[in-house]
Amino acid sequence: MQTMSPNPPHDTSTVFQLKGSMLAITVLELARNDLDELDRQLAAKVALAPNFFSNTPLVLALDKLPATAGVLDLPALMRICRHHGLRTLALRASRIEDIAAAIAIDLPVLPPSGARERPIEPEPEVKKPEPAPLPPAEPEIRPTRIITAPVRGGQQIYAQGGDLVVTTSVSPGAELLADGNIHVYGAMRGRALAGIKGNTRARIFCQQMTAEMVSIAGQYKVSEDLRRDPLWGSGVQVSLSGDVLNITRL
Amino acid sequence: MSKIIVVTSGKGGVGKTTTSAAIGTGLAMRGFKTVIVDFDVGLRNLDLIMGCERRVVYDFVNVVNNEANLQQALIKDKRLENLFILAASQTRDKDALTQEGVERVLNELKNTFDYVICDSPAGIEKGAHLAMYFADEAIVVTNPEVSSVRDSDRMLGLLSSKSRRSENGEDPIKEHLLITRYHPERVEKGEMLSVADVEEILSIKLKGVIPESQAVLKASNSGNPVILDDQSDAGQAYSDTVDRLLGKEKPLRFIEAQKQGFFARLFGGK
Repeated sequence: MQTMSPNPPHDTSTVFQLKGSMLAITVLELARNDLDELDRQLAAKVALAPNFFSNTPLVLALDKLPATAGVLDLPALMRICRHHGLRTLALRASRIEDIAAAIAIDLPVLPPSGARERPIEPEPEVKKPEPAPLPPAEPEIRPTRIITAPVRGGQQIYAQGGDLVVTTSVSPGAELLADGNIHVYGAMRGRALAGIKGNTRARIFCQQMTAEMVSIAGQYKVSEDLRRDPLWGSGVQVSLSGDVLNITRL
Repeated sequence: MSKIIVVTSGKGGVGKTTTSAAIGTGLAMRGFKTVIVDFDVGLRNLDLIMGCERRVVYDFVNVVNNEANLQQALIKDKRLENLFILAASQTRDKDALTQEGVERVLNELKNTFDYVICDSPAGIEKGAHLAMYFADEAIVVTNPEVSSVRDSDRMLGLLSSKSRRSENGEDPIKEHLLITRYHPERVEKGEMLSVADVEEILSIKLKGVIPESQAVLKASNSGNPVILDDQSDAGQAYSDTVDRLLGKEKPLRFIEAQKQGFFARLFGGK
C-alpha cells in the first residue's frame, strides 16, 4: 500500500543569516528622576518638530542618573515616551534596581555607554513657503554682469555683489559664480553657483537646464541628481527653501 | 593684408598637422604666398607630411634664437612656387621658444607672406600658447567625439582670453570649426557625434567636414599633402574648406552615409 507523504519534501537550506549592523538610534538620556518635568519638556519638543516624534525607536539611558535619584518608575517612564511618539527598544542602565525593573518587564538591557554620542536637536521644521510678501524695493542699484560670448570650459566668471546674465551657452567645465542670481539664456552645461556669499534668496534661471552642478548659498545638486529630474533639459528656475534646492518649470 | 592663422585643437591626434599642410598647400595653389610654421618643437612632423624632411638644415628655434636668419631656415616646397615650410627643431623642447622671439619671426614672415599658418602642438602649454597668441584667425580641429570637443571648447576659451588680440582689447580672433575624421556611417549608428551636435556644443562657424579616409594616411606616408590628391574625398573636402576660408559659399559634402545601390544589395555587398 502506498501512502502519500503528508509533509512536503524537507528543505534544509539555510533560512536565516545573522548579520552585524550599526544603526543610528535616538537615545533619551535621563538626567534626573522627575517624570512630570520630563513629560512637560518632551511635549514642548514635540510641538517644535512633530514629524521627528512619530514611532521613533528609542533607547532609554538611565546610566547617567545619580545613584541617589531614588526608585524610578520604569513603566511610567515608558508610557510618557510612548505618549510622545517614542518607542522604547531597550534600556541602558547601571543601577541594579533599574536593570531589575527592565528584566521584570522583559525589556532588553544594554551595557552602559562607552561609545561616542553627540546630542541631537530635532531641527525646527520649515513652515510651508507661504507667498512671501514682496520685499520693499531696494533703492541701491547693483551692477549686473552681462556676458554675450560663449563661456568655454575652464573659464570662470564671477559677478561680485550682483547678478550674472549670460546670453549664450555655457560649456561643460565652465563655472559661473554670483553673489546674486544667475540667468543663462543659452544651453547651460557648466556649473552655476548663485548666492555664494550665503544669500539664500538667490536663484538660478536657465532656458535649457543641462548643468553639471547648480548651487545656491552652498546647497548644491550635481548632474547625476539633476538628470533624474523630469525637467532636465527644459527651462527651469532653481531656488532654495530650507536646505532643499527646488527645481521648478519656468 | 597678411594673416596669421593658427591650426589648433587642444587634443592630440585629431589632424592638426594634416590640416595645416592641406590648408597651407591649398592657399598656395590659389596663388597666395604661404608659409607653414611647425610649433611642435621636439615632436616635429610637418616636414614629413610635407615631404621635405631631408632638406631641413636650420629650423624655427634657430631663427627664434638668432642662430640663423629666415632665408636660411625657410624650406621652399618643390611642388608649389608660393609655398614655404619652417620646420620645428627635433632636438629642443618648447622652452626653447620665447614670446619675443616668436613675435619677431612672425612679424618678419608677415612682411613677405600672405598667409602664415601656425601648426600648434597638442595641449595648452607653452608651445600651444605661443602658436595661438599672435593669431588673427584660428582653425579649431575637432573629431566627432566628446573628449575632442571638450578640449576644443577649452581651447576656444583660451583663444578668447589669452591671446594678444584679447589682451590688447582688439577684435577677437576669428574662429573657424573644422571637423575631421568624420565617419557618416558611424554617426548614423550613434557611435559618433554628428556635425550638428558638434556645431551646437561649440557654437562657432563650421568651415568644413573632412571624412575619415584612407587617402590621408597614404598622403602622410608619401609626404604629399592630401589636398593634392584631388581624386580623394578628403582632398576634395579640404579644397572646399580652403574656398570657404576665402569667403566662398560651398555646400558640405561627404557627410551623408553612402546609400547602397540595388546591385550591391542584390549581390551581397555588405
